[in-house]
Amino acid sequence: MDLMTNLMPAAAEIFLLVMVCVILIADLMIRQSGRLVTYMLVQLTLLGCSVITVGTHENGVVHAFNNMFVDDLMSDVLKLLTYLAVSMMLVYSRQYLTVRGLFSGEYMVLALFAMLGMMVMISANHFLTLYLGLELLSLSLYAMVALQRDSAVATEAAMKYFILGALASGLLLYGMSMLYGATGSLELGAVASAIQSGEADKNLLVFGLVFVVSGLAFKLGVVPFHMWVPDVYHGAPTAMTMLIGSAPKLAAFAFVVRILVEGLQPLVQHWSGMLVILAIASMGLGNITAIAQTNLKRMLAYSTIAHMGFMLLGLISGGVEGYGTSMFYAVVYVLMSLGAFGMIMLLSREGFEADTLDDFKGLNQRSPWLAFLMLLLMFSMAGVPPTVGFYAKFSVLNAVVGAGHIWLAVVAVLFSLIGAFYYLRIVKLMYFDAPESHTPIKVDSDAALLMSVNGFAVLLLGLLPNQLMSVCAVAVQQSLLLP
Amino acid sequence: MNFETIMFYAFSAMIVFAGLRVITARNPVHAVLFLVLTFISCAGIWILLEAEFLAITLVLVYVGAVMVLFLFVVMMLDINLAQLRKDFWRWLPFGAALAVLMAYEMIWVLGSYETPGGNAAIKHAADYSNTKELGRLIYTDYVYPFEIAAVILLVAMVAAIALTLRRRKDAKSQVISEQVATKKADRLRIVKMQSEHKDSAANQLGEQK
Repeated sequence: MDLMTNLMPAAAEIFLLVMVCVILIADLMIRQSGRLVTYMLVQLTLLGCSVITVGTHENGVVHAFNNMFVDDLMSDVLKLLTYLAVSMMLVYSRQYLTVRGLFSGEYMVLALFAMLGMMVMISANHFLTLYLGLELLSLSLYAMVALQRDSAVATEAAMKYFILGALASGLLLYGMSMLYGATGSLELGAVASAIQSGEADKNLLVFGLVFVVSGLAFKLGVVPFHMWVPDVYHGAPTAMTMLIGSAPKLAAFAFVVRILVEGLQPLVQHWSGMLVILAIASMGLGNITAIAQTNLKRMLAYSTIAHMGFMLLGLISGGVEGYGTSMFYAVVYVLMSLGAFGMIMLLSREGFEADTLDDFKGLNQRSPWLAFLMLLLMFSMAGVPPTVGFYAKFSVLNAVVGAGHIWLAVVAVLFSLIGAFYYLRIVKLMYFDAPESHTPIKVDSDAALLMSVNGFAVLLLGLLPNQLMSVCAVAVQQSLLLP
Repeated sequence: MNFETIMFYAFSAMIVFAGLRVITARNPVHAVLFLVLTFISCAGIWILLEAEFLAITLVLVYVGAVMVLFLFVVMMLDINLAQLRKDFWRWLPFGAALAVLMAYEMIWVLGSYETPGGNAAIKHAADYSNTKELGRLIYTDYVYPFEIAAVILLVAMVAAIALTLRRRKDAKSQVISEQVATKKADRLRIVKMQSEHKDSAANQLGEQK
């Protein structure tokens, strides 16, 4: 009985792990063309995970495995969105990877392992599980970037990602060990109460906090710990870039919230100061450097840096509004990033990558529908109403102003205006320039359908954002036990 | 200062020295050997803390297996040191300035830090089993992280195979089912030819000589 109450909150993780092992073996045994059986099994697994996550949902915060695991509304919402993002990534990437000979069983299995890592991170309530989830995610991603073995660029990207990722893990672990030394516990709740009681040594805590924040900043890819982002986004095959740039951002949000808000809330005045510097530097450098890029993947990498900086603004504001809008921003960013990278893959074909800005010239003449969807996505990234990107930026700024940081909101708006330039430049290229190539665009029907849904979701959520916004706010409120 | 404290400082000094040498040694093989020394000193400190099982495992697994593999790999790699050190002096001022800044900040934060008395390590009776206690904790309180660690190892296996396995076209392998199902007609060909006479065979031998 006790065992079952322990296992039930983690039922989705257990199911996923079992299914990954089944798929690993089934992929070897079943003769199939185009890995179709494996692909369907993976999609069914994701569906099964969502059913289990919804089915095992309980109100309130449930702890399991000796307080190492937490199941609350925030984790359930984030997990469901993670399944959705991974599933969309697989649909977008199937055609792209098949023509490049990379659509293998290992690719899908590693993607599922990465997703397991994200789930562990989202549900972690202990420094140990946070770290292990992060490593599970990172190791799977390193391997996936390197899967294109014959490409020197991909191998170099994997190498850089691996070395800088290991360095960041080292920083994070060092900081965690300091926090452990000061508080005598690894469990987030116990750490918070030990700091609250005033028994923990303040110097040691701040010393550890600096390293933890640096490690987090590395993993989020915010300035000045952003060096790996452009190279990895550029060098990795676009499908892997999409995986790195989408679902893990949700897990990263949960990771930052769990450590900083749940575990180190009493140190809020220390870490929010650090986050202010990180956020301003990221928005500035990300948006300005993105202007100079001619490669779309590189441009989107710098745009990620800027968006992550923007997401930190919500965390700086604090409270239900701040954390809720931050979560909303992360969700919206994942949706837009899936669409943008999906578009690169849709326009690519055998032996050709549509990843430079010139490839988007005159897209309107070649395919008006895809050009329109790309327009929606770019408008959303730039924050043009009525798309959801506008609403996400607006609500974060609202929270920032509500917390009394008016100058921070002004800086954020200024950098967003600078950023709007390079997003709108793509729209200009698509609609007002002559196409450089007239090769007909052939798109798989499932990916094209998903792209349409994705583009319209950006528009629809912008018109009706309240549902998703209130889900985020309630999730954050219930999970963090905020007033 | 009792014997244990002296040993602690001796091991700690060895760790710091060996750790520094790992990154400053010119020869990569020496660096690996210094890393071995670091691990052994760490094991010594663990012995002082009565964590015998961990200490022995560290020596057995890390020094005995992992580092030996490491040594093989380092010996097989053709590392061009001149190439690696080409820009050393160019970047030294930059790196040194950063390092000094970091050290200054760390001293600044921790400078006012007074080492608290802390708790002495808990001493156990001689019949206390460290190994048993570790096993109990790993399989009860820490079973969740333990399982995740196992999954990480599985990922490492999958990734290593996915990244290195290349199916060679010229590789030779047996297909047992085909071998067993082979019929006489598949392998044996009977050729009709005229019989050879003994003297003609001898003539041929003679010609060869």
